[in-house]
Amino acid sequence: MELFSALNISKQFSGHKALDKVNISIPEGSIFGLLGPNGAGKTTFIRIINQIIAPDEGQLFLNGRELKPNDIYNIGYLPEERGLYKKMSVGEQAMYLAQLKGLSKQEAHKRLMHWFDKFEMKSWWNKKVEELSKGMQQKVQFLVTIIHEPKLLIFDEPFSGFDPINASMLKDEIIAQKEKGATVIFSTHNMASVEELCDHIALINNAKVVLAGPMRDIKKTYKTNSFEISYKDFQGSLESVLPPAFQIIREWNDHDLKMAGIRIPAESNPNQLINALLPNVMLHSFSEIIPSMNDIFIRVVTEKNSETIHQA
Amino acid sequence: MNKIILIIKREYLTRVRKKSFMVMTILGPLLMAAIMIVPIYMATRGNELKTVAVIDQTGIFFGKFRDTDNIKFHYLSSDIGSAKSNFVKSGDYALLFIPKTEVSIPSNAILYAESNVAINVKSYIRNVMTKQVEDMKLEAKLRDLQTDKKNPINVEDILRSVKTNVDVNTIKITDGGKEEKSYTEISMVLGMFAGILIYFFIFMFGSQVMRGVIEEKTNRIIEVIISSVKPFELMMGKIVGVGMVGLTQFLLWVVLTFGIVTVVTSTFAGKSADKHTAGQAMMQNVAKYNPDNLPLPDSTASSKGRDEGVNVVIEALGSVNFPVMIGAFLFFFLFGYLMYASLFAAIGGAVDSESDTQQFMLPITVPLILSMVMAQFFIQDPSGQVAFWFSVFPLTSPVAMMIRIPFGVPYWQVALSMAMLILAFLGTTWMAAKIYRTGILMYGKKVNYRELWKWLRY
Repeated sequence: MELFSALNISKQFSGHKALDKVNISIPEGSIFGLLGPNGAGKTTFIRIINQIIAPDEGQLFLNGRELKPNDIYNIGYLPEERGLYKKMSVGEQAMYLAQLKGLSKQEAHKRLMHWFDKFEMKSWWNKKVEELSKGMQQKVQFLVTIIHEPKLLIFDEPFSGFDPINASMLKDEIIAQKEKGATVIFSTHNMASVEELCDHIALINNAKVVLAGPMRDIKKTYKTNSFEISYKDFQGSLESVLPPAFQIIREWNDHDLKMAGIRIPAESNPNQLINALLPNVMLHSFSEIIPSMNDIFIRVVTEKNSETIHQA
Repeated sequence: MNKIILIIKREYLTRVRKKSFMVMTILGPLLMAAIMIVPIYMATRGNELKTVAVIDQTGIFFGKFRDTDNIKFHYLSSDIGSAKSNFVKSGDYALLFIPKTEVSIPSNAILYAESNVAINVKSYIRNVMTKQVEDMKLEAKLRDLQTDKKNPINVEDILRSVKTNVDVNTIKITDGGKEEKSYTEISMVLGMFAGILIYFFIFMFGSQVMRGVIEEKTNRIIEVIISSVKPFELMMGKIVGVGMVGLTQFLLWVVLTFGIVTVVTSTFAGKSADKHTAGQAMMQNVAKYNPDNLPLPDSTASSKGRDEGVNVVIEALGSVNFPVMIGAFLFFFLFGYLMYASLFAAIGGAVDSESDTQQFMLPITVPLILSMVMAQFFIQDPSGQVAFWFSVFPLTSPVAMMIRIPFGVPYWQVALSMAMLILAFLGTTWMAAKIYRTGILMYGKKVNYRELWKWLRY
């Protein structure tokens, strides 16, 4: 079941295309990674979801219905460029932002108290925002993003500016939100956090979606049938023991172990590699090389960019 | 709608609680009270003796101008031409000329002087003339009533028919015998004052709106907020919230100023034996706008001595129609502010920091400053072409109209000016909303007029 989908979204800013017929669908209860290099159009897309700007073309659906102005109450958004009123007290400001998200005064106060308690922030209530550290401010911002318990949460580069302790706390909280039933859109350059959190992704490059789907499937598609081995007690050349179609990508030493990366032809299977190795070497480890999101990201983006250069 | 109220509340409360607001609220009335009290004080302290020569062609006022502590009158029998050419040499402070009138009741006089005539001298002369003319009218009326006893006596009617307005025009006379008109009228002071106040309020609160917008941009809170409210709601909420701060400040100023003036003038008047205190008299005049409330004709000026100066200024203030002044001020302040504030908000949205605002501020500040520069012309000729066009053109009308209003402006002109201002407010708000909407999400881009034009057509 999809919580959100975008159909053929296009947006143009004075001569430059920010989004070109973008189709994205986000399954309910997933953590969806919206990836792409700087200037690809991620923020424009997020702003369109938040109805901050309107698309030139295309349709947006939330929960199967077309997106309506009132749906902002179902969305929580933590922008990349985020801040607070510096001269206002923390509590007043949190109350203000919570009420703007449609909570009544009593409800806003009740929920804020709960969260301030949970995050051990109660003593900040009457402090001015400028007295807080950056990390503390980030916590306040996170809190007001989720305070109205939206169905769809959008985090644009959420980890930038967080120290490792707070970052891991934030990560846990994002997962907790997912477990409570929220769907999360997560826009970032930080591929490590994508690997850790996301189950679906879309990669936007030059205003177009160039790759989308469940992360597991994408990784499968980008697998190269390569394996990494470590072995010992073999003096000869590894190449001489492998079948001719097998290709050594690279070899290196790790302390007293020898390591190698080997690509086998598509029609072969891993057992053939092991069978070739076992009589000759003492095998210590054997694992498939799964491409990291980072590798996939770089590969897809460079491929696409060189395509466009060739076309031009 | 609910959210606009939330925004207005936040904008209002954060500003009203600031220390600078408190300071302004206290300093403003002190300053304004000083502006009102100093002339009164000067009038009482002005013990320098002034001599006024009188040429009375009507003969009615002969011997009626009694000397006070600081004004001495002497009557000339020479004709006005030679009196004027001898005036500078004579050493007199002023020359009062009451020309002969065709009909029996004279109602104007000309006061020649080298410099501007002190307001107490002028007011004293006007009072004496008014009393004299009113006495004459009353006498005639009573005589009529005696001969025609059938009609019932209607006191109100009598008082109304007796009421007189005497014009005393001041003309500056220089060594070369050249003449130019000069104005010391209270209406001029008030017009200028109201004009300056509007100018000041529009600038002060307009730029507060602009700073507020820039603050939200540099704080980076803007995107969080416009994901919950429409940019237009945020802009209007800010403009209205700040405007209400302005209104609050203005009303506090009015109340506190009258408070201070009342306290101070009643201590002045308390020194004299006069039972009804000057402060009370002023408050009555202000409240009721009752110019009939002049001292009784039989009370002689000399018996009052020092108190006279205080009274004339207070009477002058009392002759101003304060409800109309304050009403007009509120309208022109409100809509002038709303119009300018939306422009200020658009500028705030278009730039990244206050230092970038210069190029866009110019076209906004020029009309405002121009209307202040032209103030002198409006005063010299309040119903002339220049004053008319400036008070109809929306960008200058708030200041220009406020300067004109104390002099009396035809209703249709006021209505036209108000209508134009409301239209302009709608137009600028529409324009500002477009620029604002695009601008608030732009960072690090040097914006120029061409860019703004593009935003308008998005």
